[in-house]
Amino acid sequence: MHKGRPVYIIDGARTPFLKATGKPGPFRAVDLAVAAGLPLLNRQPFAATDLDEVILGCVAPTAEEANIGRVASLRMGCGESTPAWTVARNCASGMQALDSAATHIALGRSDLVLAGGTESMSHAPVLFSTEFVAWLGSWTRSRSMADKARSLKMLKPSHFKPVIGLLQGLTDPVCGFSMGQTTEKIAHRFGLDRESMDRFSVRSHERLGAAIDNGFFNGEVETIFDIRGHRYFEDTGLRRDSSIEKLAKLRPVFDRPTGLVTAGNSAQITDGCAWLLLASEKAMGKFGLQGRGLIADSQWAGVDPTQMGLGPVHASTPILQRAALGLDDVDYWEINEAFAGQVLGCLAAWGSREYCRDELGLEDALGELDPDRLNLHGGGISIGHPVGASGARIVLHALRVLEHHQWNRAMATLCIGGGQGGAMLVQRPSG
Amino acid sequence: MARFRHWQIRHSPSLCTLSIDVSGKKQNVLSVEVISELDRILDGMDNDRPAGLIIRSGKPDSFVSGADIGEFGKITGREQALDIARRAHRVMDRIESMPMPTVALIDGHCLGGGLELALACDYRVCCDTPSIRLGLPEVKVGIHPGFGGSVRLIETVGVTAGMDLLLSGRTLAPLAAKKTGFIDLCVPPRQMDRAARHLIGQKPPRARPSRLNAVFSVRPARSLMARILRKKVSAKARQNHYPAPYALIDLWEKSAGNRDAMLAAEQVSVTDLILTATSRNLVRVFFLQEELKKTGRPATREEFRRVHIIGAGLMGTDIASWCALRGLTVTLHDRSPAALAKAYQRAYGFFRDRLKQPRQVERAMDRFQADVAGTGARYADVVIEAAFENAEVKTGVFAEMEKIARPDAVLATNTSSIPLETISTVLRRPGRLVGLHFFNPVAKMQLVEIVRGEKTYAKSVARAAAFAGKINRLPVQVQSGPGFLVNRVLMPYALEAMELLGEGVAPTLIDRAATGFGMPMGPVTLADTVGLDICHHVGETLGAGGPLPAILKSKVDAGELGRKTGKGFYTWKKGKPVKEKTDSGQDRGDLEDRLIFRYLNECMECLHLGIVDSPSRLDAAMVFGTGFAPFTGGPTHYIREQGVEAMLDRLHGLHHRYGERFRPSKGWLESLG
Repeated sequence: MHKGRPVYIIDGARTPFLKATGKPGPFRAVDLAVAAGLPLLNRQPFAATDLDEVILGCVAPTAEEANIGRVASLRMGCGESTPAWTVARNCASGMQALDSAATHIALGRSDLVLAGGTESMSHAPVLFSTEFVAWLGSWTRSRSMADKARSLKMLKPSHFKPVIGLLQGLTDPVCGFSMGQTTEKIAHRFGLDRESMDRFSVRSHERLGAAIDNGFFNGEVETIFDIRGHRYFEDTGLRRDSSIEKLAKLRPVFDRPTGLVTAGNSAQITDGCAWLLLASEKAMGKFGLQGRGLIADSQWAGVDPTQMGLGPVHASTPILQRAALGLDDVDYWEINEAFAGQVLGCLAAWGSREYCRDELGLEDALGELDPDRLNLHGGGISIGHPVGASGARIVLHALRVLEHHQWNRAMATLCIGGGQGGAMLVQRPSG
Repeated sequence: MARFRHWQIRHSPSLCTLSIDVSGKKQNVLSVEVISELDRILDGMDNDRPAGLIIRSGKPDSFVSGADIGEFGKITGREQALDIARRAHRVMDRIESMPMPTVALIDGHCLGGGLELALACDYRVCCDTPSIRLGLPEVKVGIHPGFGGSVRLIETVGVTAGMDLLLSGRTLAPLAAKKTGFIDLCVPPRQMDRAARHLIGQKPPRARPSRLNAVFSVRPARSLMARILRKKVSAKARQNHYPAPYALIDLWEKSAGNRDAMLAAEQVSVTDLILTATSRNLVRVFFLQEELKKTGRPATREEFRRVHIIGAGLMGTDIASWCALRGLTVTLHDRSPAALAKAYQRAYGFFRDRLKQPRQVERAMDRFQADVAGTGARYADVVIEAAFENAEVKTGVFAEMEKIARPDAVLATNTSSIPLETISTVLRRPGRLVGLHFFNPVAKMQLVEIVRGEKTYAKSVARAAAFAGKINRLPVQVQSGPGFLVNRVLMPYALEAMELLGEGVAPTLIDRAATGFGMPMGPVTLADTVGLDICHHVGETLGAGGPLPAILKSKVDAGELGRKTGKGFYTWKKGKPVKEKTDSGQDRGDLEDRLIFRYLNECMECLHLGIVDSPSRLDAAMVFGTGFAPFTGGPTHYIREQGVEAMLDRLHGLHHRYGERFRPSKGWLESLG
């Protein structure tokens, strides 16, 4: 449980999550942050300059977005004297921003913080190979025609092969597994089959579709506009026509040709941003703010990078233990859907006496997690997973589900490429 | 050395710096006294030979904004004018022939005489602040440069670029001035002094245009070019209305082969121009504009940072983009997110065209916020309603705004036809409501009518005017009444054109009569541009002098609404009316009178009704709001110049011939008395 001063969630907002279509999308990561942040700030009873700091998670800002948190903060009018910074913990960067903000508030270093995550995966860079960059260097240094001629002779066709930044980012730099392969390993370990993964994915789309139709995202998703006169008001990754039959036809993309993980049961490459506004009681009193939720606890965990998808198990279990809670005692769960197989793997791990004993040091299995208390309105598979943003999105959404159902306690947790897990326990203020 | 009132002389070991700080003026102007002081300073320098001479301003962020236009009116005779020009020329010649390098250090507006002074120096260093303007805008007050600037500018940048600036009066930002060639170094403020020393030390060759310009030392080449230039100018201004650009082309054509001759010819030509009615009237218009600007500068300091605009139609969007361009944070709300999407796109196009630099465009877009939820109203300093012209919609908006906006926020409507008194009925404090009536296109039309309803507080009017001033528009206070001032005056003029159309007169003929008088746009084109449905609507609410012309109703019924539908009185192609070159329909000799007198008569009526509080305000509003021939000095000035009684006689004649719509307003007699 958090030590220090209580940390309240005041408000939050996100952009629609926009599926990448193979070319750079209409918004860069910082544009998304500004687009989600301005309407959020505009509806507060304080001025943007009253913020003590701005913290933004982002995995891969572009070269023109150095310290993207500061760029977003200045563009949103938070003022030159409001410090802002950027955090990265791969897929949990958005959650890291919340945790950093919560830490500062708990410690009394800050009272009012805007924190969140943003990612424009469609803007991931395409790079020159290191060999080609080295050649360019020698070319610019060569002065005489002879030097230049010599330099030209060194140029090889392979130099021109581009390096796709996105693929590099989705490959573990240490073990060399692609993220999909880590899920193949988990599926193998727990004996998951293709059909259960595909069924999970279809349900993700069905739940998102129903939530959109019910207007559940009003008050969470802001309409944003691009310079070409388009507006975006809902998540575009939704496939209403998704079905087991259709998903069954897709080929595995990671362990070819026999694997289980397909594009259909993986999270989508997406652009998006989510912000939350966190405050201490002092700031709430000063500005007349209402606390909608409390960040009660958070935890980071390290796991085997080749099974990074099990991270949520290792991050949320210690929180449960500290509060002496069972899986059922948490009213609602958001487990980020990086892959259907990875979420199912987490559930299987909690249900496995062997895993709980060997890996978590428990005496027995933790038990079953009620599927009707998990990812009620879709997840990364349908909504998309803009890596830096998802960690903030699931916390915001978990809070809104608690409010809607008048539930008390929610866990938001996610796996992190490189072999980590992150979890955050959110509570509604009592009384 | 003697002390001077307007100049400071400072010697550093090797350099001499002359700082101009005209006493009693906010901005430096080259009055006769200032120039003669400079002359005496130069006398003193004959014995004293510094390594370099720097001319700069002693006022922060400024240079010299021109000659002292206030002195123009005091010039009574040709000899006096010629004497002034000769003396100024002599001073400029002396600076030019100084043995040491001379540098003008420009860190503020450098216009007219100011640039002429800078051009007399060997080098010019300009601060890179983009808001600085440089140019020779003399044609805008009916003259051309008279301190040798026309000769020196053309010498420095060539005929094409030089004449373009001289004839249009266009001003440039520092970077553009550097590219054009009359600024040697364009540097950040911190490098100004070092840049001047650098030039004095290095003594690079003076800026000169391409050698191809040598061709114009031959008369036939000049004549050909002069013909081209005259043709270009005639598309914008008629010689009988605006003689200055033509005079400039003439003097260049005749004497450009010989520098001294051209310098001498410039003195004579500017002397003739300064005494013309056109120049006097344009100077009058300049001061009328200054007067309006003053009403936008309140005594107490007003802070306007955030504006909330309701209604993302064309006007709402354009007002919002203009405010964002001027540095305010704008929340634009509309019930339709689709309308906001269009607005966002339009604003982007506007900023891109205006600001060009991607970073600046992005900053402006961040200030232009499409506000789906309408939350911006709570923090706005000014709320502007630009929703549909529908009383229910507007009262709904203001009932809500009074609840959520700050109690000290300006509550303004951009309505053009709904009385403020109707809208303000829903307010608990109806005096808060004021009209801020912008004209289309917002970025081009400087005038904003500040409309005072029966109940409007004086404070609301003053704050609205201050807001208009803050966003660089010209506020003119008018009383609430159908059409307010500008539309009310334009309406009879446009309706008379429709009467003429009904009589079978060709639209081109009607428009030509109006442009021949000096109007920027003929009334038929104007009606088509505004939209015939809007004309009909406004005409009905105004109830102007009898029934509306039948031709208007039939056009509206046929759905031919003008430019926006591609067909009105003209057929429109690519935003331009297709004007047939026919002279069909006969001008019975009073075409121009019929149009102009209905316009003038309505002006008098507005004065009579007190819609606007003084003839000079009316003149300013008409020139800046309708483009009424600026060289006339404005409608009431024109009437006075022509003689009120003579004008009234002509109006009586029209009344006799064409009936009630020409019945003279009581305002005529009042202005006589």
